[in-house]
Amino acid sequence: MNLTLKIWRQKDSKTKGQMVDYKVTDISEHMSFLEMMDVLNEQLVNSGDEPIAFDHDCREGICGMCSMYINGEAHGPDRGVTTCQLHMRMFKDGDTITIEPWRAKAFPVIKDLVVDRMSFERIQQAGAYISVNTSGNTQDANSLPISKHAADEAMDAATCIGCGACVATCKNSSAMLFVGAKVSQYALLPQGQVEAVDRVKNMVAQMDLEGFGNCTNTGACEIECPKGISLENIARMNREFLKASLKG
Amino acid sequence: MSGFFTSSIGRKYAMALSAFFLMFFLIMHVALNAVSLFSEDAFNQASHFMGTNPLIQFLMQPILMIGVVFHFVMGFILEAKNRSARVVSYAKNNGAANSTWMSRNMIYSGLFILIFLVIHFLDFWIPEINTKYIVGDMSGLHEGSFRYYHELQLKFIPIWRVALYCIGFVFLALHLLHGFDSAFQSLGANNKYTKGLKGFGKAYAILIPLVFIIIALFHHFNH
Ligand code: HEM
Ligand code: SF4
Ligand code: FES
Repeated sequence: MNLTLKIWRQKDSKTKGQMVDYKVTDISEHMSFLEMMDVLNEQLVNSGDEPIAFDHDCREGICGMCSMYINGEAHGPDRGVTTCQLHMRMFKDGDTITIEPWRAKAFPVIKDLVVDRMSFERIQQAGAYISVNTSGNTQDANSLPISKHAADEAMDAATCIGCGACVATCKNSSAMLFVGAKVSQYALLPQGQVEAVDRVKNMVAQMDLEGFGNCTNTGACEIECPKGISLENIARMNREFLKASLKG
Repeated sequence: MSGFFTSSIGRKYAMALSAFFLMFFLIMHVALNAVSLFSEDAFNQASHFMGTNPLIQFLMQPILMIGVVFHFVMGFILEAKNRSARVVSYAKNNGAANSTWMSRNMIYSGLFILIFLVIHFLDFWIPEINTKYIVGDMSGLHEGSFRYYHELQLKFIPIWRVALYCIGFVFLALHLLHGFDSAFQSLGANNKYTKGLKGFGKAYAILIPLVFIIIALFHHFNH
């Protein structure tokens, strides 16, 4: 199929960017969206132009790098997928596709479609860990009894890949789905209890410091999240935060 | 608790608590007004009680005012913060793909409610305060009988006011269609009861404004 692409081009974080139109032809419907971008970049390189910078790594939906806001939706129109898992059969011959970087103050554009998501890393560093003795006599995790229900819910929360689609899609650029998932994955397990109070307080404090917005429960994040992280995780984070604040 | 209410989540708790207070108040308000559909006498009695009881006048009324002001001031603060969290907006954004119109426009439905509240205050509250505390007439009487029901009917004679009130209530319904569920989620209440509660929330969000509308229309056509 033949497509018109409207893509955000921006030289670096300091330069103003703009939307630029491109044409691609003979795109197979079996291609992934990133393969279509590869075709375009090959075209650009061959004609001596600067290729479009975009993040990608695993290309199988597990690293969370491939951030693209496609036709007004994070990772495009499909559900439960990242951009690398998005197929071109979701589009029709002759379509115009708008491609933008994640937009959030806490995710500044580095170049073209690449954004800086270090704010997520700093939130994780603030508390998304447990302290374990690794001196050689580490305990087997299975020695702690954990209910099936708690293990399942913790695992669901832990499937978050930190892609940032929740922030990108949220009208408030709120990171609460991401932070809710990270807080939940520890809050649900016995190993997470020791540092529970500090964890949620520090992570929320860092989230606020980074300039993410405030959740208004529109639920857009849950719909656009490639891993199906549920709003229940935000509710759990809110409860954890209240509990932690009451404790001092 | 230090820093709780200046944190993002603490503000959500505050917002939700003020919203719960307002939603509870709405039930009281609509119940009292609905009395006017059935009995002029009972409505007059109830109005006189509410209007002259010191506990209601000097404790409940100020709390209500603080609640309303807190709610919309907090709403504006959160909206401003949220807007500043995205400096460059999307060239193309398909909000309808993943969220309801109501959830994305709380600030606008809220603003219309605020405008309505100002008009509502000018219509009922200011004249009431004037009669009772400026003129000093606490009797509740007008030419020998209770004035409340009569005054209510007079207010709803002009069709423009009826229309204005109806529009205000439609915005209230839109605000509550998202707000009711949202308030529970903000307090961290998301569990096996949430699904059932959503049904109740829809009913609440539509029924309460609908009864207000019925009352306005009733008095327009029955004076
Ligand atoms: C005075 C004008 C008002 C304004 C400007 C206003 C504005 C807002 C805003 C901006 C929000 C935040 C959006 C969100 O959290 O999703 C909100 C939430 C809410 N409002 Fe209002 N509002 C007003 C009046 C009312 C009234 C009269 C009621 C109901 C009785 C009400 C009920 C709610 C509820 C239930 C929420 C959800 C609370 C939450 O999510 O935590 N609001 N309002
Ligand atoms: S919660 Fe979902 S959308 Fe948000 S960062 Fe994690 S995987 Fe991505
Ligand atoms: S490139 Fe790894 S998730 Fe898409």
